[in-house]
Amino acid sequence: MIYSTEMLYQAYRSMKLIREFEERMREEYQRGKLPGFIHMYRNQEAIAVGACMHLGDEDYIASTHRGHGHCIAKGCDIEDMLLELACKQDGICKGKGGSMHIADMSKGMLGANAIVGGGPPIAAGAALTARTLGNGRVSMAFIGDGASDQGTVAEALNLASVLQLPMIFMYENNHFAEFTRNPKPDGRIAERAGAYGMPAVTLDGTDFFAVYEAVADAVQRGRQGRGPSAIEAIASRYYGHFEGDAQQYRDSTELESSRITSDPIPKFLADSRCSDLETARIEQIDAEILASLDAGVERALAAADPLPEQLYSDVYVNYRGESA
Amino acid sequence: MSKLSIREAINQVLHEEMARDDRVVVMGEDVANRDNGGVYGITAGLAEKFGELRVIDTPITESAIIGAAGGAALTGLRPVAELMFIDFLGVCLDQLMNQIAKFRYMFGGGATTPVTIRTMIGAGAGTGPQHSAILYPMLVAIPGIKVVAPSNAYDAKGLLAQAIRDDDPVVFCEHKAIYTEECEVPDEPFTIPFGQARTVCEGTDVTVVAFSRMVLLAEQAATQLAAEGISVEVIDPRTLSPLDDEAILASLQKTGRLVVVDESNPYCSMASEVSSIVVDRGFDYLDAPIRKVTAPHTPVPASPVLELEYVPSVADVEAAIREVVAY
Repeated sequence: MIYSTEMLYQAYRSMKLIREFEERMREEYQRGKLPGFIHMYRNQEAIAVGACMHLGDEDYIASTHRGHGHCIAKGCDIEDMLLELACKQDGICKGKGGSMHIADMSKGMLGANAIVGGGPPIAAGAALTARTLGNGRVSMAFIGDGASDQGTVAEALNLASVLQLPMIFMYENNHFAEFTRNPKPDGRIAERAGAYGMPAVTLDGTDFFAVYEAVADAVQRGRQGRGPSAIEAIASRYYGHFEGDAQQYRDSTELESSRITSDPIPKFLADSRCSDLETARIEQIDAEILASLDAGVERALAAADPLPEQLYSDVYVNYRGESA
Repeated sequence: MSKLSIREAINQVLHEEMARDDRVVVMGEDVANRDNGGVYGITAGLAEKFGELRVIDTPITESAIIGAAGGAALTGLRPVAELMFIDFLGVCLDQLMNQIAKFRYMFGGGATTPVTIRTMIGAGAGTGPQHSAILYPMLVAIPGIKVVAPSNAYDAKGLLAQAIRDDDPVVFCEHKAIYTEECEVPDEPFTIPFGQARTVCEGTDVTVVAFSRMVLLAEQAATQLAAEGISVEVIDPRTLSPLDDEAILASLQKTGRLVVVDESNPYCSMASEVSSIVVDRGFDYLDAPIRKVTAPHTPVPASPVLELEYVPSVADVEAAIREVVAY
């Protein structure tokens, strides 16, 4: 596969933006500036970016509770996301969704989801829309290794296979289902998906190029009306289940070494396909990202909270309405 | 006008709405079955007319049916999904309660989910504990969805057309024991706005608020008691969420007495809800205690003898009316 330099810069920028966005959110969370739970995506960035680079705004994704990376990779506005994480009035969901429900229909982002395994049936529905309208769009569900055990995921796999939906099951195996090590060997999740009658591959989710190339095939297959695919991308989880989880249930030596070996960003830059990328341009991208986050965070924290009366809006389009 | 059964009226609306709007799709278990169109033939003829891209037979997979209907609604279709029996809500509740019902709110108004979920409710067909429940009070308690339960073919036609054209998620509850009930129905498409009760018959002594099949019992009781000189006003709210509480209060203001007839189990039922609204906002209108006529706090039994004991009867409704009138 041929990679243009611009496309590689773009991939780098997206991965780095996710990384820095989350590191900054973590700091703000620790300072008590963000309510609720936040779930860090660190070291899984190559999966969101490698997958979403094949998708346009007209394609769909359904995300997870660990969804910041998916949102950014799918093109959600960073400033609107920052406002939402701070639960402000002008947040991407007006402060009513928070970290675990960021969504933007105009970007085909059908929502992060606080129910583990909640997204795949919804993504299957988006794929059903594409199939019914015959518009060549595809739909992708991000699914953690924990979610892979949910019945909803099995039902979505089966429905997608039976109806030959243009759907990609993008598994992210970070080896931990909340606080418990997933006992399944790597590859078992893809094996299960394959048993539903679709191509299923297992790959290194910290290798941007591996993800990018596998998703290229899966997306093409969907666009051509040849049905669903599954990809199990392995990328060990860096932080705990949620911010504040010290991961005392993990072996500290193994954790420390995996944190380094499974960092997708240096791996990307060290790849021979990135040999033409210039250090000065990379540094410039880094600086731009940090500056945009500084400005965004400052604005988000100073922004207005929702007004009390906003509690009552957006439940229905029109509760007692007549026909549209 | 034509005389149609509820079953025929629903089938007619599905044909009309699918013809009217290409975005309407029908999905569920056995819906495209060409021999009979599902368990009670409600979707008969749709697959032949509109094809398998719009009339979609699914596996037996309630979470995926409801979730995919929600996802399809988010992305531009107007799905009419069939949850064969409302009891199967137990299989797929998350996709309705946590996903579909909350999309619009948790996405800050950025999503519209025009999905209709048709489902069969109720006892009386000998279908036993897991195919006969009412359960609609559970749904009424969930913000973000609307709940409809017609008691006749006219309302079924107008309310289902409204449900399909409505931009919010709607659960449309079809009582399986009244599918063959007939009445005159306009031949042309029409909608009935949600939140508008129908006064089934006017009266001055007592207000009977009844839901779904129970409207038929209330009507019979009203006719019987008219002969005894008791004038009964029967109100069919038709939609449970939104509920036309104003119509109920206005009727009560006139009669001063209230009986609520609901096939739900008694606790947290529509009967409880209506009673609560009236005590809260219409206490001064009451000349007698409210009487609730509901199913008991048991599952629905399979035995026809026990099922008869389970479902409220015309005699139960009459007894409750006599009691409040005599108070």
